[in-house]
Amino acid sequence: MANSIPEGPLPTPTLKAPLLFLSVLLIASCGLIYELVAGTLSSYLLGDSVTQFSTVIGVYLSAMGLGSWLSKFLHRGLARRFVDLELAVALVGGFSAPILFMAFAHTHAFRVVLYGVVMAVGTLVGLEIPILMRILKDQVRFKDLVAGVLTLDYIGALFASLLFPLLLMPKLGLVRTSLLFGLLNAAVGLWSTHLLQSQLGPTRMIRLRCAVVMALLAVGLVFAGKFTLAIEEEIFADEIVYAKDSAYQRIVLTRGRGSFQLFLNGNLQFSSADEYRYHEALVHPAFAVRPGAKRVLICGGGDGLAVREVLKHPAVQEVVLVDLDPGMTDMARNQPMVRQLNGAALDDPRVKVINADAMVWLQETPGPPFDLAFVDFPDPNTYALGKLYTSRFYRILQRRLTDDAVVAVQSTSPLMARQSFWCITATMEASGLKVRPYHLAVPSFGVWGFALASKRDFEVPAHVLPGLRHLSDEATAAMFAFPKDMERVPVEVNRLDNQVLVHLYTREWRRWS
Amino acid sequence: MRSGSALLCGIGGICRFFYFLFIYAICSFKFISLCGLAIMKRRDFLAAAAASAIPLACRPKPAFPFPGELVGPDLPLGHWLRGGAFPDPDRFEPVSVLIVGGGVAGLSAGWRLAGAGLEDFQVLELEPEPGGTSRSGRNHVSPFPWAAHYLPVPDRGNHAVLRLLKECGVLEGFDAKGEPVFAEEATARAPEERLFAYGQWWEGLYLRAGASVEDERQYHAFFREVDRWAAFKDAQGRPAFSIPRSRCSDAPEARALDSLSFAVWLDGHGFSSPRLRWLLDYACRDDYGSRLDTTSAWAGIFYFAARKQGPGEDSRPLLTWPEGNGFLIDHLRRSCGDRLRCGVMATSIRPDTDSLLVTAWDATNQRRLGWRAKRVIFAGPQHVARHVVEGLATVRPAMTRIRNAPWLVANLTLRSRPKESGFPLAWDNVLRDSEALGYVVATHQSLRDHGPTVWTWYRPFTGPDCDAERARLRAMDWPACARMVMDDLRPAHPDLEGLVARLDVMRWGHAMVRPAPGLLWDPDFLALSKPHGAIHFAHTELSGLALFEEAQDHGLRAAEEVLAAYGRRERSWR
Ligand SMILES: Cc1cc2nc3c(=O)[nH]c(=O)nc-3n(C[C@H](O)[C@H](O)[C@H](O)COP(=O)(O)OP(=O)(O)OC[C@H]3O[C@@H](n4cnc5c(N)ncnc54)[C@H](O)[C@@H]3O)c2cc1C
Repeated sequence: MANSIPEGPLPTPTLKAPLLFLSVLLIASCGLIYELVAGTLSSYLLGDSVTQFSTVIGVYLSAMGLGSWLSKFLHRGLARRFVDLELAVALVGGFSAPILFMAFAHTHAFRVVLYGVVMAVGTLVGLEIPILMRILKDQVRFKDLVAGVLTLDYIGALFASLLFPLLLMPKLGLVRTSLLFGLLNAAVGLWSTHLLQSQLGPTRMIRLRCAVVMALLAVGLVFAGKFTLAIEEEIFADEIVYAKDSAYQRIVLTRGRGSFQLFLNGNLQFSSADEYRYHEALVHPAFAVRPGAKRVLICGGGDGLAVREVLKHPAVQEVVLVDLDPGMTDMARNQPMVRQLNGAALDDPRVKVINADAMVWLQETPGPPFDLAFVDFPDPNTYALGKLYTSRFYRILQRRLTDDAVVAVQSTSPLMARQSFWCITATMEASGLKVRPYHLAVPSFGVWGFALASKRDFEVPAHVLPGLRHLSDEATAAMFAFPKDMERVPVEVNRLDNQVLVHLYTREWRRWS
Repeated sequence: MRSGSALLCGIGGICRFFYFLFIYAICSFKFISLCGLAIMKRRDFLAAAAASAIPLACRPKPAFPFPGELVGPDLPLGHWLRGGAFPDPDRFEPVSVLIVGGGVAGLSAGWRLAGAGLEDFQVLELEPEPGGTSRSGRNHVSPFPWAAHYLPVPDRGNHAVLRLLKECGVLEGFDAKGEPVFAEEATARAPEERLFAYGQWWEGLYLRAGASVEDERQYHAFFREVDRWAAFKDAQGRPAFSIPRSRCSDAPEARALDSLSFAVWLDGHGFSSPRLRWLLDYACRDDYGSRLDTTSAWAGIFYFAARKQGPGEDSRPLLTWPEGNGFLIDHLRRSCGDRLRCGVMATSIRPDTDSLLVTAWDATNQRRLGWRAKRVIFAGPQHVARHVVEGLATVRPAMTRIRNAPWLVANLTLRSRPKESGFPLAWDNVLRDSEALGYVVATHQSLRDHGPTVWTWYRPFTGPDCDAERARLRAMDWPACARMVMDDLRPAHPDLEGLVARLDVMRWGHAMVRPAPGLLWDPDFLALSKPHGAIHFAHTELSGLALFEEAQDHGLRAAEEVLAAYGRRERSWR
C-alpha cells in the first residue's frame, strides 16, 4: 500500500522523468478521445445520447479499473510492456471509429462490438498509468510521482475534451480523429523507446514495430478518410442549429455545406438546397388548373414554404394554413434561416395560421369554401398520420371546397413506395375525386410524388406561372408521365377502419433503410 | 480506514463519471435538450421507482389529486320500490300504450309505435336521462359512453338494425353484391384493439408473440369449430347462430350446447391452450360479465359464430361513436319526442276492468302520477317487474332464474395522454393480467389523436354469486372505486395519475344478464317474453344476452304485439 513505499532520498535519475510526464499528458488525451469517439458514435447511430454516453463512459471507466487491477500481474520488462501497450492502444483505439462504423453497417451486433471495443480500449488504457508509475517509482519521490502523473492525466483529459467538440469533430470528423489519436499513441510508444532506452536493451525490433503500427494508421488516415467520409459527413458533418421537442414531435434544423435541413422526428422534411423543386411542384400545377383562385387552404406545411409559393399568385386573397404544431409554425416565423427561406410568408396579412389537427378542424369548423387546397402532411408512418390519407379525410376535405376547386396532395415516393403512392391515388378516387398523379426528382428525397385532383374532370395543366426556378410548361407536362417502374399497381383503398396505408408504407420503406 | 478510503475512491469515481458526462453535454450542440431529457427521464424513473419500491400494503392509501363522483343509477329510488305500498295519485290519465323503461327496448317500442302512426303513448324512465345501459355522458372534452359502446355491423337479414342505421345516416346504401355499405366515420377506426402483456402493448387481443405451435394449432382449430357452426343451417334454413337470437335455429344439436358450460365444452374439445382460454374467458367477461365456467357453451360460441360474415370469413366490423351506443339512443329518443318522461318511476301496475292502472313517482317534481292504459309495455328488467306488476312473481317463477352481473364503469377525463411504448393507443385497450377489461378511448372515433381525452374503463364483477358481488360493489365509495381503477391501470400507465382531470364512476348493480348454462333454451325462461294479460314485456335480459340487437328485437316484438292487439296489420320491422 501507499505508506509502505519509502520516502527517503532516491538514486540519481537514469530516465528522463519530466519528459515521461509529458507522455502522460498525451496518453491521457488519447484515452479520453477514444471514449468520446465511442460515446458520440453510439449516440449518433443509436440515438438517446444520455443512455449511450452513460453506458459507454461507465463501461470504459470500469474497464480502466480492470486494466489497473490487471497491471499487478505484470512483473518483468515493464518498459518493453509499456511500449507494446502504447502500440496496442494505438491500434485498437485508432481504428475504433472505422471498426464501429463497419460493425454498424455490416453486422447486426453493433452493440456487442461497441462494448467490446470500449472494454478493450478501456482495459489497455487502464494499464498505462499504473505501469508508467511503476517505471518511474524509483526515479521520483512517490508524492511527486502521484501528484505529477494525476495532474497531467486530468489536464490531458481537459485538453482532449475541449479539443474534441471544438476542433476535432467539426474539422476532422470521427474517423480521422480516432486514427489521428491512434497515430499519436503510437508516436508516444516510439518516443518512449528513446526515453526508456536505459531499461529497454536493444530497441531495433521495437522501433520497427512502432513504425509498422504508425504506417498502418497513416495509411488508414489517408484511405479510410476517403471511403468513410461519405457516410460520416452525411450523418455528422451537419451542425444542429435548432432543436426543439414540441408537444407533438422533435424539430431539428441542421446546417452544412451551404444549405440547411429540417427534420421532424429524424425524418428529413426539406433541404434548403432543393426544396424549391418540391414546393413549386406542389403548388403551381394546381394554380395552373384553377387560375384566379382566391381562397386557399394548406393542410400541414407549417414551414411556410408552400405559402411562399402560393403568395406568388396575385389573385390570392386569403390563405388558411392548418398545422398541428405551434412549435413548427413559431419556428417558421421566428427562426431567422427558415423565415428568410419562406420570405416571412406566415406574417403576410393574407395568411391565417391555425394550429389544429387538420382533419378535426375540417370536420368541425364551418366556413366559406376554398378554391384550392394543398395537403402537405408528413408521410403516413403512424396511425395518427395515416388517417390524414383516408377516403374519409378526402371526403371531409371535399365538403370544404368549391365545386371546381383543385387539390394537390403530397403522396410519398412512387419509386421507393410504389404501392403507398398508388394507394393514395386510389383512395382519393374512392372518395369521388378525379385524380391525376405526377412526380419529379427532389435530390435530397429522391423521386417524389403528388396527386392533383378535383371533383370534376380536368386536363393536365399546360401553362404554369412563368419565372419559377424549376417548373416550366415542358417540365410540368413531363411530370404527369409515369415510367414503367412507377406505373400504377392495384391496391386497396385506405379507410379509417383498415388503415392499410400505414402497413404498406412501413413495409415498403423498411426495404430502403 | 481502508474501507473508508476505498469508499472515497468510489465516490471519486462517480464524480469523475459525471464530470465526463457534463463535459460532453456542454460541448454538445444538444445541450439544452439533453438536460431536458435527462431531467424528464429521471423524474419518470423516480416516480416509477417510488411506486414499485413500496409494497402495496404499506403504501398509504392515496388521496387522489383529482376530483370525481359516483353517478347514477338512482339506487335509493330504485330500491324504494321494494318497500311497496304507494298511495294512489289523484287522477289517472287515459293513454293507449304506456311504456315503462326508456332503455333500448322501451325506446325501440316507442320508435315502432310512432312508425305505425300509433301516437298515443308515453315512455316512463326513472333516470333523468334515457338510455339505460346504453346511456352516454358528455363533458368539455368529449362525449363518452356510460356502458354500451359498440354495435357489430348487421348482416343483410337484420332488417330492424339496418332500418335504424339508415335513419341515422350510418347505412349509406348497398353495394353491387347487395351487401350494406356503412359510413366510414362510424366503423371502428384502426387500430381497433391492443393488449398489454409482458410490460408492453401488442397489436390485437390474441397475443401472437411467444405463442407455441400448439397454441397456434388450437387457436385455428377453435375458429374452425366456430366456422362449422357459422355454416350450420337447419331444415328450415335457419342458422344456428345469428343476431338477434330470435333468428337462430332451435335444432336440438345447437340447443344441446346450452346444457354445458363453455369451460366443459372447451375441455371436451381439448382446447387447453392458456392463450386461447384467456381470449375466450375475456370474451365471456366482456359480453356477459361471466367466466368460462359460468357461461353456457351456446353463448360462448354465439359470441363468435353470430358475428361471422360467413364461414371462413372475418368477424363483422364494428360500428362505434364517441358516445358509444348513446348515438343510437339519441336517434330513438327523438322518435319518441315529448312522450318520453324522464325522472318518472313506475311504481305499480294493476288491472282494472278493461284497462291497466299504472302509478308512478315523478322524482323531479316530487309528486304522484297515474295513467289508465289500454296496454303496457314493460321494458324494465324482470327484477323490477316483480315488484311493480302485481302478482307476477307467483305466476312466473322462472323470473328468479335471471341473474345479473354487477359492473363498475369509470370515465377518466385526461388532460393529455400518457407516454408509452409499443403498439400505439387503440380504440379498445386491454390489460391481460387484470380482472378488468381495460378501457375504450372516446376520442378515437372523433379522430382526436392529441391532447385531452376520455377513457371509459370497464370492470365486470364475475364471481359466481351475483348478489354477493352486488353487495361488494355497493359497499365501494368513490375513493375505493378510484383506487381500483388507478391500481388496475398503473402497470401500463405509471404516469397516469398526474394526467387525470377527473374520474367519475357508475356502479351498475344489475348491469348484464348472465347466460348461465341451461338458461337460454329453458322453455319457462323463454315464456317470460309472453304477455301477461295486457302487459307486454321487452328487455334484453329476456334473450339471456345483453346486446343492443336483443333489446331492440324485444322492443319491436312487444310493440308489434300491441299493434296486433289494436288490429293493425303491419309488416313486421324485425
Ligand atoms: C357495462 C356494459 C357494457 C355494455 N356494452 C354493450 C355493447 O358494447 N354493445 C351492446 O350491444 N350492448 C352492450 N351492453 C348491453 C346493453 O345492456 C344493451 O345493449 C341494452 O342497452 C339493453 O337495453 P334494455 O332496454 O333492454 O335494458 P336497460 O338498459 O336496462 O333499460 C331499462 C330501462 O328501464 C328503466 N327502468 C327500470 N325500472 C323502471 C321503472 N320502475 N320505471 C321507469 N323506468 C324504469 C331503467 O332506468 C332503464 O333505463 C352493455 C351493458 C353494460 C352494462
